Amino acid sequence: MDFKDTDQLAEYRQGARDWVAKHVDPAWAEQQRVSGSYHTPELHALLAEQGWLGAGWPAEYGGTSNNPDMAAALFQEIDAVGLHLDGWSTTSMIANTLLHTATEEQKRTYVGGALRGEVIIVLGYTEPDSGSDVAAAKTRAQRDGDEWLINGQKMFTSTAHRATHVFMLTRSNTEVPKHKGLTTFMVPLASPGVEIRAVYTLGGQRTNGTFYSDVRVPDSARIGPVDGGWGVMHVALVFERSGSGGGRRSGPTLAERVASWAQQTRRDDGTRVYDDATVKERLARIAIDAEVSRLLGLRTAWISATGGLPGTEGSETKLFSAESAQRQHWDLLDILGAEAVLRREAGDAPLTAAVEEAFRRGVVGTIYGGSSEIMREIVAERVLGLPRVRARN
Amino acid sequence: MDLSLSEDQQTLRTAFAEFFDKEATVERVRAAEPLGFDQDLWAKLTGTGAVAMGLPEEAGGGGATNLDLALVAEQHGRRLAPVPFVEGAAAGAILAAAGATDLLGGVADGSTAATLALSPPRDGRLPLVPAGAVAEIVVALDGDRLIALCREPGPRPHVAASPNFGSSPLADWSLTDGELIELAAGPRAVQLYSDGVSQWKLLTGAALGGLRASALELGVSYVKARKAFGVIIGSFQAIQHRLADLVVAGDGAQLLMYEAAWALDNGQPEAAALASMAFLFAADCAFRTTRECLQFHGGYGFTLEYDIQLYFRRAKAWPLALGDSRREYQRLADLVYPESGAGEE
Repeated sequence: MDFKDTDQLAEYRQGARDWVAKHVDPAWAEQQRVSGSYHTPELHALLAEQGWLGAGWPAEYGGTSNNPDMAAALFQEIDAVGLHLDGWSTTSMIANTLLHTATEEQKRTYVGGALRGEVIIVLGYTEPDSGSDVAAAKTRAQRDGDEWLINGQKMFTSTAHRATHVFMLTRSNTEVPKHKGLTTFMVPLASPGVEIRAVYTLGGQRTNGTFYSDVRVPDSARIGPVDGGWGVMHVALVFERSGSGGGRRSGPTLAERVASWAQQTRRDDGTRVYDDATVKERLARIAIDAEVSRLLGLRTAWISATGGLPGTEGSETKLFSAESAQRQHWDLLDILGAEAVLRREAGDAPLTAAVEEAFRRGVVGTIYGGSSEIMREIVAERVLGLPRVRARN
Repeated sequence: MDLSLSEDQQTLRTAFAEFFDKEATVERVRAAEPLGFDQDLWAKLTGTGAVAMGLPEEAGGGGATNLDLALVAEQHGRRLAPVPFVEGAAAGAILAAAGATDLLGGVADGSTAATLALSPPRDGRLPLVPAGAVAEIVVALDGDRLIALCREPGPRPHVAASPNFGSSPLADWSLTDGELIELAAGPRAVQLYSDGVSQWKLLTGAALGGLRASALELGVSYVKARKAFGVIIGSFQAIQHRLADLVVAGDGAQLLMYEAAWALDNGQPEAAALASMAFLFAADCAFRTTRECLQFHGGYGFTLEYDIQLYFRRAKAWPLALGDSRREYQRLADLVYPESGAGEE
């Protein structure tokens, strides 16, 4: 056994930091925070233009010769200055899915466009009436000659207002069991009949509800076989769940920052916050949970790296990390005391409101990408061999 | 990074799984109550060399690593084996590190059982020493003096154990109960002792991990068999989701225990913090698992006839040897969040 966690990207970090210092406008992070739109078009265009989006991708579809490790370090450093790359995150997820499921022509069109920064793809799975039960999608796709007619609604279509395409799961056949009547499409968001409405979230992010009325797409926009959308989704969901993790953050953790604050802050009665035994206990529990989350993530990464396919391990990691992150936020807020409620706009919020922002953002962690309840179901069925609670179909 | 056990480690684990399956059956565990010590099992275990295997080769040991010891402790815990393996290994390591070669002979050949006191003497007494009723040597920290008290060999238990719900052979030692030998003094004494306690935490965490895994097996097999309202109770979501949480925490506890063992073996700076984490998290998981699985047994869980109660009692009792776990959390905080002085507003 060897738990040495070597930083594979160590040699690229300084270069990545220099790149960020040179090219990233410090105002962008604040613009993202205030607008809730976690995609900055200028930054995306710059990354594409310099070849960073294409690093490590197959050359025949527009991959560049840029070093993929440097690109990974760059994305991490961009994240470290508080900038999100949500547009690239969903685009790369779907571009990867297309490499496995699309035709040659589609790969050249969509993957090539994505790596040039011209095609930005968002996810269209969830609907107002179906989230975790993704195969229950009702948005209809009906064939009309060489075209398809799409009608329905999608929910949480984040970044749609800045994107070019939605990768959409539709119901193409209502006469067969639900998993067998699905088809996936790349729907241009500029099509007539597409309406995008903003939905604001607790975490400050703007997402969207998107509405489709008689939207026409050519058959060439269809990904995978007619009624074969569930197979495509299998690939897409693998890329969605394996997308997270692995990114080490530079600088102190949130808990370390709060501990340091507690060591230097006195309460009204003159006692130091950190000297409160209950504060220490909570901080220690947070450290243990964080280490366990890290180790579960390492296990998942190690299984992949040694040629295995992490299944239930990935679900376990997701469940524990998301749940423990929320517990952490609640405790850290309590430790900060009455001022913990202050938002950044207050001007004197402790730790520049980092904890309250994490608290609000963290709420979605146990919901998206498979809710905690779905993760528990997976563990109960596949690890413990307990019977499926709900009926199949 | 490599999260796999070597072939030797796998062999070791299998060998001791088989050993404890055969020698520490539930009948033996129950027969050893309330004392919590089985002389025949102890003789067999020391005969395998397991207790001394962590000692240096020149002291008659096997030079085994902390990870090796943890793998054995896990199997020991899985069967609730009524023998002071963890205490023997940790006390032996302190004696070896202190250079107490004349005391090590008996530990290495299995004739002497050594243990360690987890709290300092109070009014001339070491209170509730783990395995104190059956051990011949107890290692303790008295102020900044590392001492060993040595009692004459004789039939075990040497004194009656203090009756306790964990069926542990706990007993007080008076500082006059045996020959007192000073092993070290000053900062070195404190360091030797604290290293030994870290090892005890790691191995107790490993034993609790084994206990947890067995309790989970008992719980899962019960909910797969027991029917209520015409279906097996394992089909209820309220039970499935709680069991799923226990699986995840248990996997995390095992990884943390392995990491702590690796850190101790490789002299990592965070080794003491990791040993403390492994102990605390294993204790929490073990108790939560036994409590939930006892609950899923319904009324039978409350009876002495069903085995889950054996695990439930020990899951709470074993970690209590170190005192209130909340104090350990506080000590851990000081290790994890050292005061730097620098900070932000």
